[in-house]
Amino acid sequence: MADTVVRTRKQPSAAGPPRSVGRLPRAAVHHPWWFALPAIAVFAGFFLVPNLLNFYYPFTDWSSYHADIAFTGLDNFRTIADDGSLLRAIRTTLVYALLAAVFQNGFGLVLALLLEDDSRFNRFFRAVFFLPVLISALATGYVFQALLDQDGAVNSVLGTDIPWLGSTTWTLVIVTLIHGWKWMGLAMLIYLAGLKGIPGDMLEAARIDGAGPWRTFWSVRWPMLAPAVTFNVTTALIGSMNTFDIVQATTGGGPAASTEVFNIYMFRIFGQGLYAQASAMSLVLFLVVVAVAIPLVVGLRRREQLL
Amino acid sequence: MTPVWRYGRPALVLLLAGLAVGVPLWLVAVTSAKPQAEAIKPNLDLPRHWQPAANYADALAEGEMLRGFLNSLLVVVPSVVLVLILGAGAAWVFARRKSRLVSAAYALCISGLLLPPAVITIVMELRQLGLAGTRPGMIAVYTGMYLSTSIFFMTGFIRAIPMELEEAARMDGATPSRIFWRIVLPLLRPVIATATIMVTLYAWSDVFYAFFVLGGGDRATLPLNLYQVASAQLYLNNWHLVFAYVVVMSLPMVAVFLVGQRKIVSGITSGAVK
Repeated sequence: MADTVVRTRKQPSAAGPPRSVGRLPRAAVHHPWWFALPAIAVFAGFFLVPNLLNFYYPFTDWSSYHADIAFTGLDNFRTIADDGSLLRAIRTTLVYALLAAVFQNGFGLVLALLLEDDSRFNRFFRAVFFLPVLISALATGYVFQALLDQDGAVNSVLGTDIPWLGSTTWTLVIVTLIHGWKWMGLAMLIYLAGLKGIPGDMLEAARIDGAGPWRTFWSVRWPMLAPAVTFNVTTALIGSMNTFDIVQATTGGGPAASTEVFNIYMFRIFGQGLYAQASAMSLVLFLVVVAVAIPLVVGLRRREQLL
Repeated sequence: MTPVWRYGRPALVLLLAGLAVGVPLWLVAVTSAKPQAEAIKPNLDLPRHWQPAANYADALAEGEMLRGFLNSLLVVVPSVVLVLILGAGAAWVFARRKSRLVSAAYALCISGLLLPPAVITIVMELRQLGLAGTRPGMIAVYTGMYLSTSIFFMTGFIRAIPMELEEAARMDGATPSRIFWRIVLPLLRPVIATATIMVTLYAWSDVFYAFFVLGGGDRATLPLNLYQVASAQLYLNNWHLVFAYVVVMSLPMVAVFLVGQRKIVSGITSGAVK
Protein backbone atom coordinates (compact mmCIF):
# COMPACT_ATOMS: atom_id res chain seq x y z
CA MET A 1 0.00 0.00 0.00
CA ALA A 2 2.58 2.49 1.11
CA ASP A 3 4.75 1.34 -1.68
CA THR A 4 2.16 2.15 -4.36
CA VAL A 5 1.54 5.60 -2.93
CA VAL A 6 5.18 6.39 -3.09
CA ARG A 7 5.42 5.01 -6.56
CA THR A 8 2.45 6.98 -7.93
CA ARG A 9 3.83 10.14 -6.41
CA LYS A 10 7.18 9.59 -7.95
CA GLN A 11 5.83 8.74 -11.35
CA PRO A 12 5.50 12.23 -12.84
CA SER A 13 9.02 13.16 -11.92
CA ALA A 14 10.25 9.96 -13.45
CA ALA A 15 8.42 10.82 -16.67
CA GLY A 16 10.30 14.14 -16.90
CA PRO A 17 11.23 16.68 -14.22
CA PRO A 18 9.61 19.88 -15.58
CA ARG A 19 6.17 18.37 -16.18
CA SER A 20 4.52 19.23 -12.86
CA VAL A 21 6.10 22.66 -13.14
CA GLY A 22 5.15 23.03 -16.77
CA ARG A 23 1.45 22.90 -16.02
CA LEU A 24 1.60 26.12 -14.07
CA PRO A 25 1.51 29.41 -15.97
CA ARG A 26 5.07 30.47 -16.72
CA ALA A 27 4.94 33.71 -14.78
CA ALA A 28 4.00 31.89 -11.59
CA VAL A 29 7.18 29.86 -11.80
CA HIS A 30 9.58 32.54 -12.89
CA HIS A 31 8.23 35.42 -10.84
CA PRO A 32 6.41 33.88 -7.91
CA TRP A 33 3.97 35.94 -5.89
CA TRP A 34 5.81 35.36 -2.65
CA PHE A 35 8.39 37.93 -3.70
CA ALA A 36 5.66 40.55 -3.60
CA LEU A 37 3.73 39.31 -0.58
CA PRO A 38 5.90 40.78 2.23
CA ALA A 39 5.67 44.23 0.66
CA ILE A 40 1.93 43.89 0.11
CA ALA A 41 1.45 42.71 3.71
CA VAL A 42 3.40 45.60 5.25
CA PHE A 43 1.77 48.15 2.98
CA ALA A 44 -1.70 46.78 3.67
CA GLY A 45 -1.12 46.46 7.40
CA PHE A 46 0.44 49.83 8.10
CA PHE A 47 -0.94 52.01 5.33
CA LEU A 48 -4.22 50.70 3.95
CA VAL A 49 -5.71 49.39 7.19
CA PRO A 50 -5.18 52.69 9.07
CA ASN A 51 -6.72 54.52 6.11
CA LEU A 52 -9.72 52.18 6.26
CA LEU A 53 -10.00 52.60 10.04
CA ASN A 54 -10.03 56.30 9.32
CA PHE A 55 -13.50 55.81 7.85
CA TYR A 56 -14.74 54.55 11.22
CA TYR A 57 -13.07 56.42 14.11
CA PRO A 58 -14.23 59.92 13.03
CA PHE A 59 -17.78 58.73 13.80
CA THR A 60 -16.92 57.80 17.40
CA ASP A 61 -16.13 59.65 20.61
CA TRP A 62 -12.59 58.20 20.85
CA SER A 63 -10.54 60.50 23.08
CA SER A 64 -8.15 60.40 25.99
CA TYR A 65 -11.10 61.06 28.33
CA HIS A 66 -12.98 57.78 27.77
CA ALA A 67 -11.86 54.25 28.40
CA ASP A 68 -14.11 52.83 25.68
CA ILE A 69 -15.19 54.04 22.29
CA ALA A 70 -18.83 54.67 21.36
CA PHE A 71 -20.44 55.48 18.03
CA THR A 72 -21.62 59.08 17.86
CA GLY A 73 -22.44 59.67 14.21
CA LEU A 74 -21.61 63.03 12.70
CA ASP A 75 -20.90 64.87 15.98
CA ASN A 76 -17.20 65.40 15.28
CA PHE A 77 -17.83 66.80 11.83
CA ARG A 78 -20.53 69.08 13.24
CA THR A 79 -18.06 70.37 15.86
CA ILE A 80 -15.28 71.19 13.39
CA ALA A 81 -17.79 72.70 10.95
CA ASP A 82 -19.42 74.86 13.64
CA ASP A 83 -16.19 76.27 15.08
CA GLY A 84 -15.06 77.20 11.57
CA SER A 85 -11.90 75.08 11.58
CA LEU A 86 -13.11 72.74 8.84
CA LEU A 87 -13.58 75.29 6.07
CA ARG A 88 -10.58 77.28 7.21
CA ALA A 89 -8.31 74.21 7.11
CA ILE A 90 -9.56 73.24 3.65
CA ARG A 91 -9.07 76.75 2.29
CA THR A 92 -5.64 77.23 3.91
CA THR A 93 -4.38 73.84 2.76
CA LEU A 94 -5.56 74.30 -0.83
CA VAL A 95 -4.07 77.79 -1.07
CA TYR A 96 -0.85 76.49 0.46
CA ALA A 97 -0.66 73.55 -1.95
CA LEU A 98 -1.36 75.70 -4.99
CA LEU A 99 1.17 78.41 -4.14
CA ALA A 100 3.80 75.91 -3.00
CA ALA A 101 3.44 73.99 -6.28
CA VAL A 102 3.72 77.20 -8.31
CA PHE A 103 6.84 78.41 -6.46
CA GLN A 104 8.53 75.01 -6.31
CA ASN A 105 8.02 74.40 -10.03
CA GLY A 106 8.76 77.95 -11.09
CA PHE A 107 12.05 78.09 -9.19
CA GLY A 108 12.93 74.56 -10.30
CA LEU A 109 12.28 75.21 -13.99
CA VAL A 110 14.22 78.49 -13.99
CA LEU A 111 17.17 76.79 -12.29
CA ALA A 112 17.05 73.86 -14.71
CA LEU A 113 17.09 76.20 -17.73
CA LEU A 114 19.93 78.24 -16.21
CA LEU A 115 22.03 75.17 -15.43
CA GLU A 116 21.11 73.01 -18.40
CA ASP A 117 24.49 72.58 -20.12
CA ASP A 118 26.85 70.04 -18.61
CA SER A 119 29.77 72.16 -17.47
CA ARG A 120 31.72 71.90 -14.27
CA PHE A 121 30.37 75.31 -13.19
CA ASN A 122 26.79 74.14 -13.72
CA ARG A 123 27.29 70.80 -11.99
CA PHE A 124 28.67 72.57 -8.94
CA PHE A 125 25.75 74.99 -8.71
CA ARG A 126 23.21 72.22 -9.24
CA ALA A 127 24.59 70.69 -6.05
CA VAL A 128 24.42 74.08 -4.32
CA PHE A 129 20.74 74.53 -5.19
CA PHE A 130 20.06 70.96 -4.10
CA LEU A 131 21.39 71.69 -0.58
CA PRO A 132 18.03 72.94 0.78
CA VAL A 133 16.46 69.58 -0.13
CA LEU A 134 19.00 67.90 2.16
CA ILE A 135 18.23 70.13 5.14
CA SER A 136 15.20 68.89 7.06
CA ALA A 137 12.00 70.89 6.65
CA LEU A 138 11.93 71.56 10.39
CA ALA A 139 15.44 73.01 10.29
CA THR A 140 14.50 75.02 7.18
CA GLY A 141 11.61 76.46 9.14
CA TYR A 142 13.87 77.57 11.99
CA VAL A 143 16.38 79.11 9.59
CA PHE A 144 13.67 81.24 8.01
CA GLN A 145 12.16 82.08 11.38
CA ALA A 146 15.55 83.53 12.32
CA LEU A 147 15.79 85.34 8.98
CA LEU A 148 12.26 86.76 9.00
CA ASP A 149 11.80 87.39 12.72
CA GLN A 150 11.00 90.99 13.55
CA ASP A 151 14.43 91.11 15.26
CA GLY A 152 15.87 88.86 12.57
CA ALA A 153 18.49 89.04 9.86
CA VAL A 154 16.38 90.35 6.96
CA ASN A 155 15.06 93.32 8.90
CA SER A 156 18.53 94.08 10.23
CA VAL A 157 20.00 94.09 6.71
CA LEU A 158 17.16 96.14 5.21
CA GLY A 159 16.97 98.41 8.23
CA THR A 160 13.22 97.75 8.43
CA ASP A 161 10.87 96.56 11.15
CA ILE A 162 8.45 94.40 9.20
CA PRO A 163 6.66 91.54 11.01
CA TRP A 164 7.14 89.10 8.10
CA LEU A 165 5.53 86.21 9.95
CA GLY A 166 2.84 88.27 11.66
CA SER A 167 0.37 89.05 8.88
CA THR A 168 -2.87 87.10 8.70
CA THR A 169 -2.88 87.53 4.89
CA TRP A 170 0.71 87.49 3.68
CA THR A 171 2.37 85.06 6.10
CA LEU A 172 0.75 82.13 4.30
CA VAL A 173 2.32 83.30 1.04
CA ILE A 174 5.72 83.71 2.71
CA VAL A 175 5.55 80.21 4.17
CA THR A 176 4.75 78.75 0.74
CA LEU A 177 7.75 80.64 -0.67
CA ILE A 178 9.89 78.90 1.96
CA HIS A 179 8.33 75.58 0.93
CA GLY A 180 9.20 76.33 -2.69
CA TRP A 181 12.74 77.24 -1.65
CA LYS A 182 13.20 73.97 0.21
CA TRP A 183 12.05 71.76 -2.66
CA MET A 184 13.22 73.72 -5.73
CA GLY A 185 16.34 71.54 -6.01
CA LEU A 186 14.32 68.39 -6.51
CA ALA A 187 12.07 70.04 -9.12
CA MET A 188 15.23 71.31 -10.81
CA LEU A 189 16.69 67.79 -11.03
CA ILE A 190 13.53 66.41 -12.58
CA TYR A 191 13.30 69.25 -15.10
CA LEU A 192 16.99 68.73 -15.94
CA ALA A 193 16.26 65.06 -16.58
CA GLY A 194 13.34 66.11 -18.79
CA LEU A 195 15.50 68.60 -20.71
CA LYS A 196 18.14 65.95 -21.24
CA GLY A 197 15.50 63.69 -22.79
CA ILE A 198 14.80 66.16 -25.62
CA PRO A 199 16.57 64.91 -28.79
CA GLY A 200 19.32 67.26 -29.94
CA ASP A 201 18.30 67.13 -33.61
CA MET A 202 14.88 68.43 -32.69
CA LEU A 203 16.43 71.58 -31.21
CA GLU A 204 18.75 71.78 -34.18
CA ALA A 205 15.80 71.60 -36.57
CA ALA A 206 14.06 74.39 -34.67
CA ARG A 207 17.20 76.51 -34.88
CA ILE A 208 17.56 75.93 -38.61
CA ASP A 209 13.91 76.87 -39.09
CA GLY A 210 14.85 80.20 -37.54
CA ALA A 211 13.31 79.85 -34.08
CA GLY A 212 14.85 82.07 -31.39
CA PRO A 213 15.37 80.96 -27.78
CA TRP A 214 11.83 81.97 -26.76
CA ARG A 215 10.18 80.29 -29.70
CA THR A 216 12.26 77.14 -29.15
CA PHE A 217 11.29 77.11 -25.51
CA TRP A 218 7.54 77.48 -26.04
CA SER A 219 7.23 75.34 -29.17
CA VAL A 220 9.74 72.56 -28.52
CA ARG A 221 11.11 72.37 -25.01
CA TRP A 222 8.02 73.16 -22.97
CA PRO A 223 5.81 70.59 -24.78
CA MET A 224 8.57 68.00 -24.55
CA LEU A 225 8.80 68.64 -20.83
CA ALA A 226 5.20 67.48 -20.32
CA PRO A 227 6.06 64.25 -18.43
CA ALA A 228 8.39 66.15 -16.09
CA VAL A 229 5.69 68.77 -15.53
CA THR A 230 3.14 66.06 -14.77
CA PHE A 231 5.40 64.44 -12.23
CA ASN A 232 6.53 67.67 -10.61
CA VAL A 233 3.14 69.36 -10.40
CA THR A 234 1.45 66.24 -9.07
CA THR A 235 4.04 65.48 -6.41
CA ALA A 236 4.31 69.15 -5.41
CA LEU A 237 0.55 69.68 -5.10
CA ILE A 238 -0.19 66.42 -3.31
CA GLY A 239 2.97 66.54 -1.20
CA SER A 240 2.36 70.07 0.02
CA MET A 241 -1.16 69.19 1.12
CA ASN A 242 0.61 66.96 3.63
CA THR A 243 2.85 69.76 4.86
CA PHE A 244 3.66 70.15 8.52
CA ASP A 245 7.26 70.87 9.51
CA ILE A 246 7.87 74.18 7.74
CA VAL A 247 4.61 75.67 8.99
CA GLN A 248 5.09 74.36 12.51
CA ALA A 249 8.63 75.73 12.70
CA THR A 250 7.89 79.17 11.23
CA THR A 251 4.44 80.08 12.52
CA GLY A 252 3.01 77.10 14.43
CA GLY A 253 -0.23 77.74 12.51
CA GLY A 254 -0.52 81.39 13.45
CA PRO A 255 -1.06 84.28 13.37
CA ALA A 256 -4.72 83.81 14.33
CA ALA A 257 -4.73 80.31 12.75
CA SER A 258 -4.18 81.87 9.31
CA THR A 259 -1.61 79.21 8.39
CA GLU A 260 -3.29 76.29 10.14
CA VAL A 261 -3.20 73.55 7.49
CA PHE A 262 -4.77 70.12 8.08
CA ASN A 263 -1.73 68.51 9.68
CA ILE A 264 -1.14 71.42 12.06
CA TYR A 265 -4.77 71.20 13.17
CA MET A 266 -4.52 67.43 13.68
CA PHE A 267 -1.30 67.80 15.65
CA ARG A 268 -2.82 70.46 17.93
CA ILE A 269 -6.13 68.64 18.52
CA PHE A 270 -4.43 65.27 19.02
CA GLY A 271 -2.27 66.93 21.65
CA GLN A 272 -5.47 67.94 23.46
CA GLY A 273 -6.53 64.28 23.48
CA LEU A 274 -9.45 64.75 21.06
CA TYR A 275 -8.47 61.79 18.90
CA ALA A 276 -11.76 61.27 17.07
CA GLN A 277 -11.95 64.92 16.12
CA ALA A 278 -8.38 64.84 14.80
CA SER A 279 -9.30 61.68 12.92
CA ALA A 280 -12.30 63.47 11.39
CA MET A 281 -9.95 66.12 10.02
CA SER A 282 -7.66 63.37 8.74
CA LEU A 283 -10.58 61.86 6.83
CA VAL A 284 -11.38 65.25 5.30
CA LEU A 285 -7.73 65.60 4.24
CA PHE A 286 -7.95 62.17 2.60
CA LEU A 287 -11.09 63.13 0.69
CA VAL A 288 -9.69 66.50 -0.38
CA VAL A 289 -6.48 64.87 -1.64
CA VAL A 290 -8.48 62.29 -3.60
CA ALA A 291 -10.71 65.02 -5.02
CA VAL A 292 -7.67 67.00 -6.17
CA ALA A 293 -5.45 64.10 -7.23
CA ILE A 294 -7.78 62.17 -9.52
CA PRO A 295 -8.75 65.00 -11.90
CA LEU A 296 -5.18 66.29 -11.77
CA VAL A 297 -3.53 63.02 -12.78
CA VAL A 298 -6.18 62.26 -15.41
CA GLY A 299 -5.98 65.78 -16.85
CA LEU A 300 -2.19 65.97 -16.97
CA ARG A 301 -1.93 62.50 -18.53
CA ARG A 302 -4.40 63.55 -21.22
CA ARG A 303 -2.41 66.72 -21.84
CA GLU A 304 0.74 64.62 -22.33
CA GLN A 305 -1.00 62.48 -24.92
CA LEU A 306 -2.40 65.45 -26.83
CA LEU A 307 1.00 67.00 -27.29
CA MET B 1 24.53 82.43 -28.10
CA THR B 2 24.30 86.12 -27.39
CA PRO B 3 27.14 87.67 -25.33
CA VAL B 4 24.61 89.01 -22.80
CA TRP B 5 23.50 85.48 -22.03
CA ARG B 6 27.03 84.16 -22.11
CA TYR B 7 28.22 86.38 -19.28
CA GLY B 8 24.83 87.21 -17.80
CA ARG B 9 23.93 83.62 -17.08
CA PRO B 10 26.87 82.74 -14.78
CA ALA B 11 26.50 86.11 -13.08
CA LEU B 12 22.80 85.45 -12.49
CA VAL B 13 23.57 81.95 -11.19
CA LEU B 14 26.15 83.33 -8.77
CA LEU B 15 23.77 86.04 -7.56
CA LEU B 16 20.88 83.63 -7.07
CA ALA B 17 23.07 81.06 -5.32
CA GLY B 18 24.51 83.72 -3.03
CA LEU B 19 21.16 85.21 -2.07
CA ALA B 20 18.96 82.15 -1.98
CA VAL B 21 21.34 79.53 -0.58
CA GLY B 22 24.38 81.45 0.63
CA VAL B 23 22.59 83.84 2.98
CA PRO B 24 20.57 81.23 4.91
CA LEU B 25 23.59 78.93 5.23
CA TRP B 26 25.79 81.83 6.32
CA LEU B 27 23.25 82.71 8.99
CA VAL B 28 23.28 79.12 10.28
CA ALA B 29 27.06 78.93 10.28
CA VAL B 30 27.80 82.23 12.02
CA THR B 31 24.97 81.94 14.55
CA SER B 32 26.11 78.46 15.56
CA ALA B 33 29.50 79.97 16.48
CA LYS B 34 28.18 82.92 18.51
CA PRO B 35 27.79 83.19 22.25
CA GLN B 36 24.18 83.32 23.44
CA ALA B 37 24.15 87.08 24.04
CA GLU B 38 25.10 87.79 20.44
CA ALA B 39 22.72 85.22 19.01
CA ILE B 40 19.56 86.58 20.67
CA LYS B 41 18.92 88.75 17.63
CA PRO B 42 19.94 86.50 14.74
CA ASN B 43 21.79 88.56 12.11
CA LEU B 44 24.42 88.09 9.46
CA ASP B 45 27.30 89.68 11.42
CA LEU B 46 30.41 87.68 12.13
CA PRO B 47 30.65 86.59 15.75
CA ARG B 48 32.62 89.09 17.84
CA HIS B 49 33.53 86.24 20.07
CA TRP B 50 33.93 82.84 18.42
CA GLN B 51 32.83 79.84 20.43
CA PRO B 52 31.73 77.11 18.02
CA ALA B 53 33.27 74.32 20.08
CA ALA B 54 31.40 75.32 23.21
CA ASN B 55 28.09 75.58 21.33
CA TYR B 56 28.45 72.21 19.65
CA ALA B 57 29.46 70.64 22.95
CA ASP B 58 26.39 72.21 24.56
CA ALA B 59 24.11 70.97 21.81
CA LEU B 60 25.60 67.52 22.32
CA ALA B 61 24.98 67.60 26.04
CA GLU B 62 21.72 69.59 26.44
CA GLY B 63 20.16 68.45 23.20
CA GLU B 64 20.92 64.79 23.91
CA MET B 65 22.35 64.71 20.44
CA LEU B 66 24.17 61.38 20.65
CA ARG B 67 21.08 59.58 21.89
CA GLY B 68 19.00 61.23 19.19
CA PHE B 69 21.53 60.27 16.55
CA LEU B 70 21.51 56.65 17.66
CA ASN B 71 17.70 56.61 17.84
CA SER B 72 17.46 58.04 14.34
CA LEU B 73 19.87 55.43 13.00
CA LEU B 74 17.97 52.64 14.74
CA VAL B 75 14.71 53.51 12.98
CA VAL B 76 15.94 54.95 9.68
CA VAL B 77 18.42 52.21 8.69
CA PRO B 78 16.03 49.25 9.15
CA SER B 79 13.22 51.21 7.44
CA VAL B 80 15.36 51.96 4.41
CA VAL B 81 16.64 48.37 4.14
CA LEU B 82 13.10 46.98 4.38
CA VAL B 83 11.72 49.50 1.90
CA LEU B 84 14.44 48.56 -0.61
CA ILE B 85 14.31 44.78 -0.26
CA LEU B 86 10.55 44.37 0.04
CA GLY B 87 10.04 47.02 -2.64
CA ALA B 88 12.44 45.34 -5.07
CA GLY B 89 10.75 41.96 -4.63
CA ALA B 90 7.32 43.43 -5.26
CA ALA B 91 8.52 45.59 -8.16
CA TRP B 92 10.05 42.55 -9.84
CA VAL B 93 6.75 40.66 -9.75
CA PHE B 94 4.75 43.74 -10.78
CA ALA B 95 7.05 44.50 -13.70
CA ARG B 96 7.24 40.98 -15.10
CA ARG B 97 3.81 39.45 -14.60
CA LYS B 98 0.76 40.50 -16.52
CA SER B 99 -2.73 39.91 -15.20
CA ARG B 100 -5.58 41.92 -13.77
CA LEU B 101 -4.65 40.84 -10.26
CA VAL B 102 -1.09 42.07 -10.73
CA SER B 103 -2.18 45.47 -12.05
CA ALA B 104 -4.65 45.80 -9.20
CA ALA B 105 -2.00 44.94 -6.60
CA TYR B 106 0.43 47.37 -8.24
CA ALA B 107 -2.14 50.18 -8.30
CA LEU B 108 -2.92 49.53 -4.64
CA CYS B 109 0.75 49.49 -3.65
CA ILE B 110 1.59 52.78 -5.35
CA SER B 111 -1.57 54.48 -4.07
CA GLY B 112 0.61 55.62 -1.19
CA LEU B 113 2.26 58.09 -3.58
CA LEU B 114 -0.92 60.13 -3.58
CA LEU B 115 -2.95 59.18 -0.51
CA PRO B 116 -2.02 60.75 2.82
CA PRO B 117 -1.22 58.27 5.61
CA ALA B 118 -3.99 58.27 8.24
CA VAL B 119 -1.69 59.23 11.08
CA ILE B 120 -4.28 59.29 13.87
CA THR B 121 -5.61 55.80 13.26
CA ILE B 122 -2.05 54.51 12.78
CA VAL B 123 -1.52 55.41 16.43
CA MET B 124 -4.72 53.55 17.34
CA GLU B 125 -3.64 50.46 15.42
CA LEU B 126 -0.12 50.51 16.91
CA ARG B 127 -1.60 50.73 20.43
CA GLN B 128 -3.72 47.67 19.76
CA LEU B 129 -0.68 45.82 18.44
CA GLY B 130 1.41 46.94 21.41
CA LEU B 131 3.77 48.79 19.08
CA ALA B 132 2.94 52.39 20.04
CA GLY B 133 6.02 54.29 21.17
CA THR B 134 8.37 51.53 20.01
CA ARG B 135 11.02 51.43 17.31
CA PRO B 136 9.46 48.44 15.50
CA GLY B 137 6.23 50.45 15.33
CA MET B 138 8.04 53.44 13.85
CA ILE B 139 9.88 51.20 11.38
CA ALA B 140 6.61 49.60 10.28
CA VAL B 141 5.02 53.01 9.71
CA TYR B 142 7.96 54.36 7.70
CA THR B 143 8.22 51.15 5.67
CA GLY B 144 4.50 51.20 4.87
CA MET B 145 4.65 54.87 3.92
CA TYR B 146 7.72 54.81 1.68
CA LEU B 147 7.20 51.41 0.02
CA SER B 148 5.06 53.09 -2.65
CA THR B 149 7.92 55.37 -3.67
CA SER B 150 10.42 52.54 -4.06
CA ILE B 151 7.94 50.21 -5.81
CA PHE B 152 7.00 52.98 -8.26
CA PHE B 153 10.59 53.82 -9.18
CA MET B 154 11.78 50.21 -9.28
CA THR B 155 8.89 48.84 -11.35
CA GLY B 156 9.51 51.42 -14.07
CA PHE B 157 13.20 50.59 -13.99
CA ILE B 158 12.78 46.80 -14.16
CA ARG B 159 10.43 47.09 -17.15
CA ALA B 160 13.34 48.61 -19.06
CA ILE B 161 15.69 45.69 -18.24
CA PRO B 162 15.68 43.12 -21.06
CA MET B 163 14.02 39.86 -20.08
CA GLU B 164 16.78 37.95 -21.94
CA LEU B 165 19.19 38.52 -19.05
CA GLU B 166 16.89 36.59 -16.74
CA GLU B 167 16.13 33.96 -19.35
CA ALA B 168 19.79 33.19 -19.93
CA ALA B 169 20.27 32.53 -16.23
CA ARG B 170 17.14 30.41 -16.17
CA MET B 171 18.51 28.23 -18.98
CA ASP B 172 21.53 27.61 -16.79
CA GLY B 173 19.16 26.33 -14.11
CA ALA B 174 18.98 29.31 -11.75
CA THR B 175 16.01 29.40 -9.38
CA PRO B 176 13.86 32.55 -9.07
CA SER B 177 15.56 33.47 -5.77
CA ARG B 178 18.96 33.15 -7.35
CA ILE B 179 17.91 35.23 -10.33
CA PHE B 180 16.49 37.87 -8.02
CA TRP B 181 19.57 38.14 -5.80
CA ARG B 182 22.25 37.65 -8.43
CA ILE B 183 20.78 39.38 -11.48
CA VAL B 184 17.84 41.67 -10.70
CA LEU B 185 19.13 43.31 -7.52
CA PRO B 186 22.60 44.14 -8.93
CA LEU B 187 21.00 45.63 -12.06
CA LEU B 188 18.79 47.79 -9.85
CA ARG B 189 21.78 49.59 -8.35
CA PRO B 190 21.11 53.04 -9.85
CA VAL B 191 17.46 53.07 -8.83
CA ILE B 192 18.37 51.64 -5.42
CA ALA B 193 20.71 54.60 -4.98
CA THR B 194 17.89 57.01 -5.81
CA ALA B 195 15.39 55.28 -3.54
CA THR B 196 17.95 55.09 -0.72
CA ILE B 197 18.63 58.80 -0.91
CA MET B 198 14.97 59.77 -1.13
CA VAL B 199 13.73 57.46 1.64
CA THR B 200 16.68 58.21 3.92
CA LEU B 201 16.06 61.89 3.40
CA TYR B 202 12.34 61.65 4.19
CA ALA B 203 12.75 59.38 7.20
CA TRP B 204 15.77 61.23 8.60
CA SER B 205 13.93 64.56 8.46
CA ASP B 206 10.52 63.35 9.53
CA VAL B 207 9.16 64.86 12.68
CA PHE B 208 5.38 64.66 12.09
CA TYR B 209 4.96 60.87 12.18
CA ALA B 210 7.67 60.50 14.82
CA PHE B 211 5.63 62.83 17.07
CA PHE B 212 2.58 60.59 16.89
CA VAL B 213 4.32 57.21 16.96
CA LEU B 214 7.38 57.73 19.19
CA GLY B 215 6.47 60.85 21.11
CA GLY B 216 9.32 62.35 23.12
CA GLY B 217 11.25 60.42 25.73
CA ASP B 218 14.08 57.92 25.43
CA ARG B 219 13.38 56.98 21.82
CA ALA B 220 13.21 60.52 20.44
CA THR B 221 14.93 60.91 17.08
CA LEU B 222 17.11 63.87 16.07
CA PRO B 223 14.27 65.98 14.60
CA LEU B 224 12.21 65.44 17.75
CA ASN B 225 15.18 66.61 19.82
CA LEU B 226 15.63 69.63 17.56
CA TYR B 227 11.96 70.47 18.06
CA GLN B 228 12.40 70.31 21.80
CA VAL B 229 15.55 72.44 21.74
CA ALA B 230 13.80 74.99 19.54
CA SER B 231 10.59 75.01 21.59
CA ALA B 232 12.64 75.84 24.65
CA GLN B 233 13.82 78.78 22.52
CA LEU B 234 10.82 80.83 23.65
CA TYR B 235 12.20 81.34 27.12
CA LEU B 236 15.85 80.38 26.68
CA ASN B 237 16.76 82.28 23.51
CA ASN B 238 19.16 79.65 22.30
CA TRP B 239 19.49 80.24 18.56
CA HIS B 240 23.17 79.35 18.86
CA LEU B 241 22.23 75.84 20.05
CA VAL B 242 19.38 75.45 17.53
CA PHE B 243 21.73 76.15 14.64
CA ALA B 244 24.53 74.00 15.99
CA TYR B 245 21.91 71.25 16.06
CA VAL B 246 20.79 72.05 12.51
CA VAL B 247 24.36 71.74 11.22
CA VAL B 248 25.01 68.40 12.89
CA MET B 249 21.64 67.01 11.78
CA SER B 250 22.16 68.04 8.15
CA LEU B 251 25.72 66.79 7.67
CA PRO B 252 24.88 63.07 7.40
CA MET B 253 22.35 63.83 4.64
CA VAL B 254 24.90 65.91 2.75
CA ALA B 255 27.31 62.97 3.03
CA VAL B 256 24.69 60.50 1.76
CA PHE B 257 23.99 62.81 -1.16
CA LEU B 258 27.65 63.27 -2.06
CA VAL B 259 28.14 59.50 -2.14
CA GLY B 260 25.12 58.77 -4.31
CA GLN B 261 24.99 62.02 -6.25
CA ARG B 262 25.71 60.72 -9.73
CA LYS B 263 23.18 57.91 -9.50
CA ILE B 264 20.30 59.99 -8.23
CA VAL B 265 19.93 61.73 -11.59
CA SER B 266 19.92 58.53 -13.65
CA GLY B 267 17.46 56.96 -11.23
CA ILE B 268 15.08 59.89 -11.44
CA THR B 269 15.37 59.97 -15.23
CA SER B 270 14.39 56.34 -15.64
CA GLY B 271 11.80 56.20 -12.88
CA ALA B 272 9.86 59.42 -13.05
CA VAL B 273 10.20 60.95 -16.47
CA LYS B 274 10.90 57.82 -18.55
